[in-house]
Amino acid sequence: MDNIAGTKSSLTWAVHISVVLLVALWLFPTVGLLVSSFRTADQIATSGWWSALGTQKRQEPAIRVEGDQVQEGDVYVIHGELFPVADAKVSAWGTSSREPEAYEPGQTVDIGDGDTLTVSESGAYTLTSPESLEGKRLPRIFSTAATPPEFTFANYRNVLFSSTAAAGVGQSFVNTLTVAIPATIIPILVAAFAAYALAWMEFPGRSLLVAAVVALLVVPLQLALIPLLQFHNAIGIGKSYLGVWMAHTGFGLPLAIYLLRNYMVGLPRDIIECAKVDGASDFQIFTKIVLPLSFPALASFAIFQFLWTWNDLLVALVFLGTDDQRLVLTARLVNLLGSRGGQWEILASSAFVSIAVPLIVFFTMQRYLVRGLLAGSVK
Amino acid sequence: MNPALQGVITIIVGVGGCIGYFFLSNLVLDKFVFPPVGKHAGRNINRANLVRPWLFLLPAVIALGLYLAYPVVATFWLSLTDRDAGGAFVGAANYVQMMNEPKFWEAIRNNMLWLIVVPAAATAFGLIAAQLTDRIAWGNIAKSLIFMPMAISFVGASVIWKLIYDTRPADQDQIGVLNAIWVGLGGDPQTWLTIPFWNNFFLMVVLIWIQTGFAMVILSAALRGIPEETVEAAIVDGAGPFQIFFKIKVPQIMGTIVVVWTTITLVVLKIFDIVLAMTNGQWGTQVLANYMYDKLFRSFDWGVGSASAMVIMLLVMPILIWNVRTVRKEMR
Repeated sequence: MDNIAGTKSSLTWAVHISVVLLVALWLFPTVGLLVSSFRTADQIATSGWWSALGTQKRQEPAIRVEGDQVQEGDVYVIHGELFPVADAKVSAWGTSSREPEAYEPGQTVDIGDGDTLTVSESGAYTLTSPESLEGKRLPRIFSTAATPPEFTFANYRNVLFSSTAAAGVGQSFVNTLTVAIPATIIPILVAAFAAYALAWMEFPGRSLLVAAVVALLVVPLQLALIPLLQFHNAIGIGKSYLGVWMAHTGFGLPLAIYLLRNYMVGLPRDIIECAKVDGASDFQIFTKIVLPLSFPALASFAIFQFLWTWNDLLVALVFLGTDDQRLVLTARLVNLLGSRGGQWEILASSAFVSIAVPLIVFFTMQRYLVRGLLAGSVK
Repeated sequence: MNPALQGVITIIVGVGGCIGYFFLSNLVLDKFVFPPVGKHAGRNINRANLVRPWLFLLPAVIALGLYLAYPVVATFWLSLTDRDAGGAFVGAANYVQMMNEPKFWEAIRNNMLWLIVVPAAATAFGLIAAQLTDRIAWGNIAKSLIFMPMAISFVGASVIWKLIYDTRPADQDQIGVLNAIWVGLGGDPQTWLTIPFWNNFFLMVVLIWIQTGFAMVILSAALRGIPEETVEAAIVDGAGPFQIFFKIKVPQIMGTIVVVWTTITLVVLKIFDIVLAMTNGQWGTQVLANYMYDKLFRSFDWGVGSASAMVIMLLVMPILIWNVRTVRKEMR
């Protein structure tokens, strides 16, 4: 399409710029959270994440001079560092909160009693006094410094492995995996057989059944919550993993049957008829010919169902319950939003723990996902 | 038992059970019930072929019936009964009670807003993105980046956007982008999610952000399916790029636009996670699905909860009928 006559080249740059803007706009929110998840709680709370990428100039909290004094000739001296860890650059400093930017780096200042203080650009300070500083109240240093970007994995360690704080994210990760995998695999087989029957077997009521599947495709699962919970309680599985798997299987079936049937109908009739002439039974045709040929459709559905079960909140809340040990990631996140709404370092890293797996699946299997979408909605 | 182990066992039992069922039921049918031997061989083959489709369909039909069809009826019945009165039939009382609650009407109003804004915006953005990315060399990369939010859960997206809407007191640096821009332009920091009426739109943005990629992928395939001759003919007749887009291309993919629109509409009707995670329906942002969840699992009022679920069903009905009619037409 891009080299047909009349596509004006003067418009091309405009298209490029528009797409860059669009992509930037769409990425921006996710990148924001990703960057935040690698910042310390302090940094997140005091500055926007977009400033984390460059060097940040900000006023540091006051630091009191400390350290052991050494006698150098007839004066007592304390040497120290304002920023022992970070690689900061001091642009101004002061000794009172009223004038935090009173002095230049490198300047030596008399702070009374004959004491002098100097702060270098790198944050090293020297306090000099004619008499012993033992037991004396030492001055505080206010500084404005530029700190280079600083990132940490501590948040992830914290939410995944620590037993305190946001404990449970690691557990929830396992729970989500436990819900998603069986709930993805089981409906595929059930649906594949049904789809084959609806696509290639002649029997009365077939078109009625197809219509029913299409109708059930849009039935809101909200309607199923209470009746099914009652049913699960009645047969004794109550709120359990088995219940969630069954619920996800039931809710996923219409899409599975619909997608697979649409795909199987499109398989070449010759192959199937030849096999029939050669004496293959329906069961053989299905397992030996149709199933292998339908792999792309099976993959599409598997990805859909996996993303859907991994990301689901409602079904898990209702059929698995809100017991802390069994919370899935999405439910855990909702809890964290409520209880730790301000602690972005925990929220951001927990959110990314939950987003990571679907994103990996998305980027590695995008081809099948797109194919499935096209088969599912354009018909 | 460890749930992970239980999961592995379930997979084995589930998959093995399915294969075993399909294999054995076929075997029994062919070998014992209607064996294709003896003097009724021909008749038996025909009979076996009459039964076999139902063997293939049985598990699916049971699951669909039990997990989707039966609940519709059961929920309808629940909406006509009162749980506290031991499930006694109360007629339309639950519906009347629901109609008298302002929160219900707030949910209806908001759902209507969502229904108008989200499908329209997502389809429009998707169409623009599809048209633009189809014309450049790195379009596929751009597409997959715009498509990416589709893989993110509604809850994850809510966390992402909550950071954007974050508010800090006026004397501190803003860490939410929206407020940073707003303050940069000279405004006072706003708590966006509590501003009545407009906060609905801040929630909708999240869903638009997610659904645009979906719309783009489908529409981009449709755009590529347009016969080139029609576009070339328009160019020969002197049509500009915008005329080609709106007068030649869009009309030809109208069917797909409708499909995308209705698919997003279905998502919107059931929208729940985003509202629960971001505002939980406070400050005038209630929607039907969250209202229903409130009634069912917080106030344990199954009657009204089921009644509101039936309202969602009613809203889905037109799409359901339309879909079924389309398929029936195709099957003929």
